[in-house]
Amino acid sequence: MTYLAKPRLHHPTLKKNAVGYTRRDYEGKVSTLCAGCGHDSISAALIEAFWQLDIQPHRVAKLSGIGCSSKTPDYFLGNSHGFNTVHGRMPSVLTGANLANRDLTYIGVSGDGDSASIGLGQFAHVMRRGVNMAYILENNGVYGLTKGQFSATADKGSKAKKGSVNSDSPVDTVSLALLMGATFVARSFSGDKQQLVPLVKAAIAHPGAAFIDVISPCVAFNNHEGSTKSYDYVRAHNEAVNRLDFWPSREAITAEYREGEVIEVAAGAEGGILKLRKLAADYDPSDKISAITHIARAAQKGEVLTGLLYAAPDAEDLHAHLNTYGAAFNTLGAKELCPGSGVLERINASLR
Amino acid sequence: MSVKRIEAVNDFVIKFANVNGSGSASANELFARAFLRMGIPVSPRNIFPSNIQGLPTWYEVRVSENGWLGRRGGCDLMVAMNPQTWAQDLKEIDPGGYLFYDNTKPLPKSRFREDIHVVGMPLTEISNSAYTLPRERQLFKNIIGLGALAALIGLEPEVIAELIGEQYKGKEKLLKPNLNALQLGLNYAREHLKDAIGLKAKRAYAVGEQIFMEGNAATALGCVYGGATVCAWYPITPSSSVAEAFTNYCSKLRVDKDTGKNKFAIIQAEDELASIGIVTGAGWNGARAFTATSGPGISLMSEFIGLAYFAEIPATIIDVQRGGPSTGMPTRTQQSDLLACAYASHGDTKHVLLFPEDPHECFTMAADCLDLAERLQTPVFLMTDLDIGMNHRLCKPLKWDDARRYDRGKVMTAEMLDAGREFARYKDLDGDGIPFRTYPGTHESKGAYFTRGTSKNPSAIYSEAGPDYQYNMQRLLKKHDFAKTLVPKPLLTPSREPARFGAIYYGSTSPSMNEALESLAQQGIFVNALRVRAFPFADEIQDFVHSHSKVFVIEQNRDAQMKTLLVNEAHINPASLVSILHYDGAPITARFITKEISEIAAALNVRPIKRDKAA
Ligand SMILES: Cc1ncc(C[n+]2csc(CCOP(=O)(O)OP(=O)(O)O)c2C)c(N)n1
Ligand code: SF4
Ligand SMILES: [Mg+2]
Repeated sequence: MTYLAKPRLHHPTLKKNAVGYTRRDYEGKVSTLCAGCGHDSISAALIEAFWQLDIQPHRVAKLSGIGCSSKTPDYFLGNSHGFNTVHGRMPSVLTGANLANRDLTYIGVSGDGDSASIGLGQFAHVMRRGVNMAYILENNGVYGLTKGQFSATADKGSKAKKGSVNSDSPVDTVSLALLMGATFVARSFSGDKQQLVPLVKAAIAHPGAAFIDVISPCVAFNNHEGSTKSYDYVRAHNEAVNRLDFWPSREAITAEYREGEVIEVAAGAEGGILKLRKLAADYDPSDKISAITHIARAAQKGEVLTGLLYAAPDAEDLHAHLNTYGAAFNTLGAKELCPGSGVLERINASLR
Repeated sequence: MSVKRIEAVNDFVIKFANVNGSGSASANELFARAFLRMGIPVSPRNIFPSNIQGLPTWYEVRVSENGWLGRRGGCDLMVAMNPQTWAQDLKEIDPGGYLFYDNTKPLPKSRFREDIHVVGMPLTEISNSAYTLPRERQLFKNIIGLGALAALIGLEPEVIAELIGEQYKGKEKLLKPNLNALQLGLNYAREHLKDAIGLKAKRAYAVGEQIFMEGNAATALGCVYGGATVCAWYPITPSSSVAEAFTNYCSKLRVDKDTGKNKFAIIQAEDELASIGIVTGAGWNGARAFTATSGPGISLMSEFIGLAYFAEIPATIIDVQRGGPSTGMPTRTQQSDLLACAYASHGDTKHVLLFPEDPHECFTMAADCLDLAERLQTPVFLMTDLDIGMNHRLCKPLKWDDARRYDRGKVMTAEMLDAGREFARYKDLDGDGIPFRTYPGTHESKGAYFTRGTSKNPSAIYSEAGPDYQYNMQRLLKKHDFAKTLVPKPLLTPSREPARFGAIYYGSTSPSMNEALESLAQQGIFVNALRVRAFPFADEIQDFVHSHSKVFVIEQNRDAQMKTLLVNEAHINPASLVSILHYDGAPITARFITKEISEIAAALNVRPIKRDKAA
């Protein structure tokens, strides 16, 4: 393991995005995770997505819980503020941060132990509230950081590295997120960058609670035969319902799909466009009820359903629900917030 | 044998024994407010169960022209409206005192006491013959009783009528029957109960500018004035009314006139884990945030409190204390969370605590907490309790200086970074232990850092190196020590004559302590009293203890928690402290303090027989 910072020598020919940053500007510290860990691929996808979206790195706040997965915000967007909070409770901290300054982009990173075991309550409630964020769950079915115990997303019957078999039912985080009111729900695989990057972009642009469950194999503790979260297993059982492309603005759309295969779904915050290439003919990601049924059927068949599972066309966020003021709360001072001594005199008078 | 009769003007205790949910609360409050309108200070206390309907409740009213607003102890007049608690209520009356009861159904003589005066009135009968609906009969019985008491004690009927008028402003249909019921009571008492009670209210001028307010409402208003924009909470008695009052005040005072948008966000979270998480996130991101809770909530919040301490994030935590441990006595008062809050969380932690004595201080200290939390970048606790929080208390009017600006602490801005100022998140640049922070989103290439509960070096880089860890822990200690120069100073009440003894007290003990000091002085026992208003302790506290041979520490908990803190943190010799502890769930009384101190003082004043020099 190394704690050395990466050399930041900018190659003059490195391509810049619309806001003048190269991909390197979206990188973070050198990862200290195991070589081959799925989580590192997700960090790479995040770097790519933010670069492509032309978001200035310092306008992003990265929050996470505790676990190998939750360490990763240190490994991307090194010029953003990050916050490694407590185990299972990133959602509440992210909620508070978002309330304090609505002008930043919020990304929450968590693990399956973090979100589905200790943090199941906060996971559910942050979706209910519709906090504007992209919530990435790096799902490996185990507690990586504490050395391989089963987590609550481990499938019933799946085998631990040391041989024990899990007898508990799994928590299906995408179904739960849907039921709780998340307005953007997707599942992907850390090994499928083609699918993951556009999904992450769409989740970031989504103006409400966006959730992506990313199956992310743990090479140290859950990549063996008998595991349902190994690279081999996921590759063999991956059933993508659709392929997504995301454009931050209308102009960039290129018509590469054949008529009839493509549908447009919910626009992002700045009027971005999502185009979906349907792979499962009967799958409509704007229909929540049928999405839930579809997910349940696939689970029954042992398939790992991936793609954009649901995007609400009319998403709103917590600030809209609370009717909060336009300017960030952290910019308001006594002038804007304090009612002053005159009002206090009147209050005093009413209390006599 | 003639029974002694307590005779008193503007100085007595009246207690109402009621059944929860019987509609007695509003009549009780009218009764208390009538004294205030007549210029007589009054201090009412609700004593209630953790239940909505059917269990006993009491409403104890201390009337004191001298302005003693604590509980005195004892009871001069019991208004016994609850058959369930009859025996217990009867016992509480001081000899020579009075029992007022509903004698619609006569009770045998054996159910009374010989040494008190019994005043019966057929309240149910009067109410039933005047009203037909069961609900009206119940509600107006309370008002008829109020009318009778007014006549008996000498409360001016016009004053009560005026208060009823204010209560039913705009609901004239309800006004008339209430005034009728009042009159029914007045008439009966004037006719049948002439001079039955020796306690009298006489118009006075002792209320003045003071206001009558609940501590929780004052705390909430302090948070509004102090600039809190984010409130996250989970309902728990006795703290819920802080968030409710904050909601109420914000809807009136914090809605932007031009846009109709809210300059506040209130989240009723799913639990206390989430409420403190939300506060931590908001504080990290530069908004002023608070949560209000009670003991069980503090326990749940502990891990986050440690994170906020170690990662240095401002958080204001209002602890309206109740009886613990566990669910303990959820609707009774105590000062038993001192140690839980002072050292909340695992590892070496120490937090800043403020101890308000009344609603006035709840207001100022709540605003102070928000300043201190940002100045010190740490959790700060406002330690109130049920007695202050959930009762109306007469206190000084609230004050705000319009020149006051919020102290946002050491925040490095984009301009400062561009000007080349050094930024290292956890480095002590000024010698006070407090580092600079940046808000997320400040600058495109400078000032970003990673916040974590794990050990780090001064530049916020993950580090488990011993020296980095120790530097940080020492700096936190230095910061905590520096905090004692910023927190409210202790207040000294010197005795009239030179005193050997000192007394340390804090929070809601204050009004009873004031009365006890006067009673003691009248007995010739002189005590200098120091009211501690914050932890970490100002140096004056240590000096105070050293300048007395013995110092009483008066607290409302079993384990002498303030004493423990004094010994631990102000390096005070425990032998110089004598604990006086009250923890039955009811607020401490002046009589209790007086008795304890006078007994101990007497024992200490006895000169020991000269001992053998060799001993
Ligand atoms: C309150 C608390 N309990 C337990 C732990 C120990 N712990 C650290 S990480 C972890 C599990 C992480 O699992 P997961 O979220 O799946 O992340 P992964 O390492 O698999 O990416 C546990 C139990 C802790 N940090 N805090
Ligand atoms: S233990 Fe597993 S989850 Fe953790 S870094 Fe290694 S491979 Fe990744
Ligand atoms: Mg995991």
